Amino acid sequence: MAMPAAEIERLIREALPDAKVTIDDLRGDGDHYAAHVVSASFKGKTRVQQHQMVYQALKGRMGNELHAMALQTSAPE
Amino acid sequence: MDATVSDRIKSDLSANDVVLFMKGSPVFPQCGFSAAVVQVLTHLGVKFKGIDILQDPSLRQGIKEFSNWPTIPQLYVKGEFVGGCDIVREMFESGELQTLLQDKGISVKAAAG
Repeated sequence: MAMPAAEIERLIREALPDAKVTIDDLRGDGDHYAAHVVSASFKGKTRVQQHQMVYQALKGRMGNELHAMALQTSAPE
Repeated sequence: MDATVSDRIKSDLSANDVVLFMKGSPVFPQCGFSAAVVQVLTHLGVKFKGIDILQDPSLRQGIKEFSNWPTIPQLYVKGEFVGGCDIVREMFESGELQTLLQDKGISVKAAAG
């Protein structure tokens, strides 16, 4: 099952309004993405917590409709 | 989550220093992300227990609830959730994974160059 990149970005921004979201559709199939999310709300959080925040924003889609998304998170410099 | 599933996870984690919940076995991973983590651990010469969640649907669901993490693989060191494929790879590349393992008293092959 596929999910458009714009929808992923919208969901992330809804939860993390300041987020800079960069998404690459790795295979052009709408199913294998690499996302880089930069948000001030990641400051002071572990990587696991940062990724959990993004997964939470995706409301259960990660691992379901969204099969594969490599994720990288960071706080702005 | 079913109490027996949660008990099984806890007993696997307490019986083994390094546990990888994965798709397939360490010898025959069934998914590229699981294979990538196996490769990192093997490269570091770390002994780990691979648990194939494809063999047990209740475990497949249970481990996701246990860690509040939606995807497989999941790496645990001394009972603590370290991360999935992306985090493990990132930590390996920066050397943090090696440090974490050593800090927890797990022997790691000296990184070559």
